[in-house]
Amino acid sequence: MSAVGAVIFEERENQIHRKGRAPFEMDCNRESLAGAVSQRACVFCGSRVVLYPIADALHLVHGPIGCAAYTWDIRGALSSGPALHRLSFSTDLQEMDIIFGGEEKLYRALTELIERHHPKAAFVYSTCIVGIIGDDLESVCRRVASEKKIPVLPVQSEGFKGNKREGYTAACKAMFRLVGTGDTTTISDLSVNILGDFNLAGELWIIRDYFKKMGVETVANITGDGRVEQIMRAHGAALNLVQCSGATIELAKMMKESFGVPFLRVSYFGVEDMAQALYDVAAFFQDKDPGIVERTRQLVKDELSVLYPELRKFREDLSGKKAAIYVGGAFKAFSLVKAFRLLGMQVVMVGSQTGTEEDYRELHEITDEGTIIVDDSNPLELSSFLKEKDCDIFVGGVKERPIAYKLGVGFCDHNHERKQPLEGFVGMLNFAREVHSSVMSPVWRFVPRRRPATAQHR
Amino acid sequence: MEHSPYVSTTNACKLCKPLGACLAFRGIEGSVPLLHGSQGCATYMRRYIISHFREPMDIASSSLGEKHAVYGGGPNLKQALQNVMTKFGAKFIGVATTCLTETIGDDVPAIVHEFRREMQDSSFAHLPALVTVSTPSYSGTHMEGFHAAVRAVVEQLSEDKTRSQMLNLLPGFLSPEDLRHLKEIIDDFRFPSVILPDFSMTLDGPALQDYEKIPRGGTPIEDIRRMGGAAATFEFGTTLDSRTAGRFLEERFGTPLHSMGIPIGIRETDVFFDALEQLSGTNCPEKHVLERGRLVDSYVDAHKYLFGKRAVVYGEEDMVVALTSFLAEVGIIPVLCASGGRSGRFRQAIERVTAGIARPSVSGESGWRSRFSSPAAEGLSGEHGSSAFQPPPMAAATSAGGPTAPAVREGMDFQQIEELALELSPDLLIGHSKGYTLARKLGIPLVRVGFPIHDRFGGQRILHVGYRGTQSLLDRIVNALIERNQNDSPVGYAYM
Repeated sequence: MSAVGAVIFEERENQIHRKGRAPFEMDCNRESLAGAVSQRACVFCGSRVVLYPIADALHLVHGPIGCAAYTWDIRGALSSGPALHRLSFSTDLQEMDIIFGGEEKLYRALTELIERHHPKAAFVYSTCIVGIIGDDLESVCRRVASEKKIPVLPVQSEGFKGNKREGYTAACKAMFRLVGTGDTTTISDLSVNILGDFNLAGELWIIRDYFKKMGVETVANITGDGRVEQIMRAHGAALNLVQCSGATIELAKMMKESFGVPFLRVSYFGVEDMAQALYDVAAFFQDKDPGIVERTRQLVKDELSVLYPELRKFREDLSGKKAAIYVGGAFKAFSLVKAFRLLGMQVVMVGSQTGTEEDYRELHEITDEGTIIVDDSNPLELSSFLKEKDCDIFVGGVKERPIAYKLGVGFCDHNHERKQPLEGFVGMLNFAREVHSSVMSPVWRFVPRRRPATAQHR
Repeated sequence: MEHSPYVSTTNACKLCKPLGACLAFRGIEGSVPLLHGSQGCATYMRRYIISHFREPMDIASSSLGEKHAVYGGGPNLKQALQNVMTKFGAKFIGVATTCLTETIGDDVPAIVHEFRREMQDSSFAHLPALVTVSTPSYSGTHMEGFHAAVRAVVEQLSEDKTRSQMLNLLPGFLSPEDLRHLKEIIDDFRFPSVILPDFSMTLDGPALQDYEKIPRGGTPIEDIRRMGGAAATFEFGTTLDSRTAGRFLEERFGTPLHSMGIPIGIRETDVFFDALEQLSGTNCPEKHVLERGRLVDSYVDAHKYLFGKRAVVYGEEDMVVALTSFLAEVGIIPVLCASGGRSGRFRQAIERVTAGIARPSVSGESGWRSRFSSPAAEGLSGEHGSSAFQPPPMAAATSAGGPTAPAVREGMDFQQIEELALELSPDLLIGHSKGYTLARKLGIPLVRVGFPIHDRFGGQRILHVGYRGTQSLLDRIVNALIERNQNDSPVGYAYM
């Protein structure tokens, strides 16, 4: 193990910042360093993540089998109706398709699947190989759309053409083709679209319910529990609410430009950000409905009066414990820093796969002295940070979990396959409970790091 | 080879080739698998593998971007090699290609050769062993990738050495628990061995004080170098092509090759033990004789719960063959044997293990026999070497109906498996966790085996092989069927 604070990959020195050591400056949005085992995925992953929850669309991955197989039903994005998104469709390209081109196979696969499932639309994902052999997705999609009379949308998600964020943009571009094609006549003046929430474990339903209580109509879920028809009429909403770092911001920008729909950036995670999101929406609509501010205040008050006594119990145990955060997008990290603070915990490391300079600057603002801020990290760095800071809990996804567990550090799953809602006021309680159940477990007394050296012969 | 009635694939029953190669490389001491391709491949595969083993699984990537796809990925691959070498301290780097780098035409062996020369010029003292394997994702499954990687390791590392009393065991893709058990068995015969690959530690290790850049364990590279001089090679798998590591060792060094099925069930395990007895010149240790005896005893105890029960078995071809062999022994009818693989040898292998033993149910109510009894085994190529150990045929039973072969289907996805299963009305499913949705739809138990197990705990510790592994499978299958009866019982009986 390297010395405390030592740099493991010199090329990445400027992607790691320790607050207090020097004025804030950080490199980010770089290509991942070859051989460093980045925790990042690819363009395809970004697109797949965003579009996946649209439950009545067909999602066909045009490529060899892996890209579809590794994304089969891996996320907890719930649907209140159709569940076509949970199936994994692929053209499973073979050597002959690579040599002679895959367009005909794509055409036949699309036709076959549309006839079998009758989706409301189809998304066709491009993969690395398709970008190389040059299949014309656009023309195949156009042909099938005209024959089958449904929107068939190419997603330009060739894996190597950037990182997850380019994938987000490709997904937004595909969705934007749907926007503006539906009927908006019955939509209320007090209406929003929820962007960047994927209804993991039913989270989006919790948020929709808050808006309903405030008297605000939700037009389109983008994309959790998503429906093609909703997206087609999304331009009729008065406001776009954009959560998550970058997943759907491009769509919000395009809708603002083309349809004049303004947007607000929000987070539904943690008490502070959740309440702020609701107040921001209330403030936006108060000209049209003056009563909304009071209704919102009452809603938050009701929720907090239930939540705070419960949280207090967890806070007693967790106060002073040390937490590390490594997530996909930095926006989630902001909320997590605040949520840990509410629990009396100290965040000693925070990082993301795809944060921007602006994101890291904000993280720098809201964290304590000595906190490590890191961009596009890897197992070697993350494990050394966990050890250096002697963390009690690490928050991350599937790939971060074994790093924590191997070292005997607690872990909170904040990934897309979670089964417990972490958003909303009730989500904060679930989050506290999960952190508590890991940090306070008796198992840590047996792990090498917590056992006295004298007892280590076994 | 059957032709799918569909152009599209829904819910694949296979994974892509580089994943298998990464798993195989992970079983070598001091090794870091490296994928030459875009970053996403490594990340997706890590995630998939981690979710099964619950262990760190670092796969490095050359992280190609758009410009590399145009101008070639050589410089990135070299940088990745250097980083893995210096930062991880790898003693072995296994480089597998992906569909991207195969198609842009990177000559990976040449790039690695160049890298080696450059490093030697810059007098880098300890160059790790560098092995390359071609694993384009658009041909074959993860199993072809796995076996290709094992072959590449042996081809590129083993040297001609004088004969030694050593056994090469090429087990294929089994669980860490399986590998530990196989090691135990061979050790009990007091015969030196090398198991390749061996991820029993690297993918199932202890809790640690310090994060290991590369987990301990794995097949020692020194042992791999000596494999050419071993007394024999045992290679599990009867659907493998002719380009296996075992074949290579035989052709290149004259190391006698014994191909056999994965030792699951009494007959296939007997083959393995017989071969060990023959090789070592010692009788089977008492411990294993007793284990076999207890297994036979439990076959008898369990037989009525199992007779005539109908099973759908799916997954990797050789795993399905071994499981089918076992199921047939205990009177379960494997009504469908399905795999996403397309070796062209699957049907023949299934026929070998079910000949003279698989029997139709007496009532014969469903129509599956008439639908799937076509004996035409298209595209079969007889790949069995003369030295292949064959299990003894079972004495043909005498009851009416005659032996019946199960439906054997290659190149299947879960859409097709489901369509067939709905017609076959099976009593249980046996396979990896991706069959869960189907089991739920059919309302029947799924006995989880193999890889991946993404919805249960302890996939890395499932024991499948040997008399002991068979015992454990038997217990789980019997209990799954009993539990179902118990749950379905209107009175909820408490005594079986």
